[in-house]
Amino acid sequence: MTNWDIVWDSRDLLWQGFLNTLSLFSVAIALAFLLGCLIVYRLEDPKTRWRLPLRSFIDIMRMLPFLVLVYLLYYGLPSAGIRLEAWWAGLIGLTFYHGAYFAEILRGCRVTLSNGQIEAAYAHGFTPSRMFIRLILPQLMIQARPLIGNQLVYALKDTAFLFIITVKDLTWAANSISATYFVPTEAFVAVIGFYWLISLVMEMAIRYAGRFGHKRGFDHV
Amino acid sequence: MDASAWPMLLEGAWTTLWISGISIAIGIISGLGIALLRIAKIPVLEQCLVLYISLGRATPLVTLTLFIFLTAPSLGLNMDRSLAGILALSLNTTAFNAEVWRGAFNNFSRDQREAAMACGMTSFTCFRRIMLPQMVITSLPGLVNEMSFLIKGSPSIAVIGIVDLTRVTNRISAVTYEPLPPILAAAVLYMAIIGGLIWLQRIAERHANRLAI
Repeated sequence: MTNWDIVWDSRDLLWQGFLNTLSLFSVAIALAFLLGCLIVYRLEDPKTRWRLPLRSFIDIMRMLPFLVLVYLLYYGLPSAGIRLEAWWAGLIGLTFYHGAYFAEILRGCRVTLSNGQIEAAYAHGFTPSRMFIRLILPQLMIQARPLIGNQLVYALKDTAFLFIITVKDLTWAANSISATYFVPTEAFVAVIGFYWLISLVMEMAIRYAGRFGHKRGFDHV
Repeated sequence: MDASAWPMLLEGAWTTLWISGISIAIGIISGLGIALLRIAKIPVLEQCLVLYISLGRATPLVTLTLFIFLTAPSLGLNMDRSLAGILALSLNTTAFNAEVWRGAFNNFSRDQREAAMACGMTSFTCFRRIMLPQMVITSLPGLVNEMSFLIKGSPSIAVIGIVDLTRVTNRISAVTYEPLPPILAAAVLYMAIIGGLIWLQRIAERHANRLAI
C-alpha cells in the first residue's frame, strides 16, 4: 500500500474538511460583504455620528492579524462570560475581519465615483437607500472586482488559521491524517490541491465578472 | 497579568519581527529574481514559475508552514523550526512580490528604454541604471503593503512551536489563567508594528508621487 492509498482511504476526512472550509468560507464571505456594504452605506451620510467608530473599526481590523482577533473571540471572550464554539468564533471572526476589509475596498472606490450622477439621482427623487442599492453599489462592485477577488483569496487563506482553534477544516484534516498514518507529504499536497482548486474557481469567476464589466463599459479599472 | 509578562511579550514581538524581517528581505530579492526570469520567458521555466506563483498565492500560510515542517524530515532534511518558518513565509511572500515587480517592469515607460538603447546602453546597463531605480520607487507601495500582509500572516509560524507574539499569549495565560489581558497586549503590539509600517507606506507613497512627475 503506497502513501497515496492511505490518503485515498481517508478521503472521507478530507471531504469533510473540504466541506467545512467551504461552508465556513462562503457563509462568512456573504456576511462580510453585507457588513462591508452596510458600513459604506452608513458612511454615505456626511453628518452621521457613526463615522468615527466605523472608521476606527476598519483601521483596527486592518492593523490586527486575523489569528489575534480569533484568539480574542475564542480564548478572550470566555473571561467576559461569553463562550463561543470554535466554529462560531471562526465565523464571527471571519465576518468582522473581512467585513472591515470589504468596507475599506468599497469606500476606496466610492471616493472615485463622480458626484454628478448622485446629484442627478437626488434631483429625480431617489431616496438615499434606493440610490445606494440601485446606483452606487452596482458600480462599486463592478469597479472593485479585482480587489474583491484578491480579498476572497485572502479570506480563504485565513480560514486555515481556524485549525489552531480546533475547527475541523481542510488543514485540520491534513494534520490529523499525517499524525495518524505519518504521511505528511501526501496529505498536505492533497489539501493544498483543494485550496488551489477553490482559488482557481474564484479567479475564473472574477474573470467572468470582468467580461461582464467590460460589456458595461467599465474598462478603465 | 503582572510585570513579568511584559518581557515575555516583548521577546515574542522580537521573534515575530526578526523572522518576518528576514523573510521580507528574502522575499523582495527573490521576488525580483523570479519576476525577471518570468519576463525573460524561458520556455519550460516560465510555466513552472506561473504554477509556483499561482500555488504560492493560493496556499494558506498555516498549511504551507506545517507542510514544510512535517515534510522536511521525510526528505532527509533536518530542519530547524525557525528555518521552516522563514522558508514558509518567504515562499509565500515571494510569489506576491514577484507580481508586484513584474507589474512595475511591464508598466515601465517605453520611451526611456528606447532612449537608453539609442544611447548605446546594453540591456543590463539600462536595467541597472535606468529601470531598477525607478522600479523600486513605483513598486514600493505594493511591496510595503505585502510586508504588512506578511506580518499579519506571521502568527502561522506558531503552529510549529515557534514562540512568537501570538503564541506567547498562550504561555502567559497558562500561568495566570487570564487569557484576555495578554491577548489584548499582543493586539496592541501588533497594531504598533503594522501601524508603523502603514506610516512608512504613506511616506513612501508621498515620495513616489513626487518622483513620478
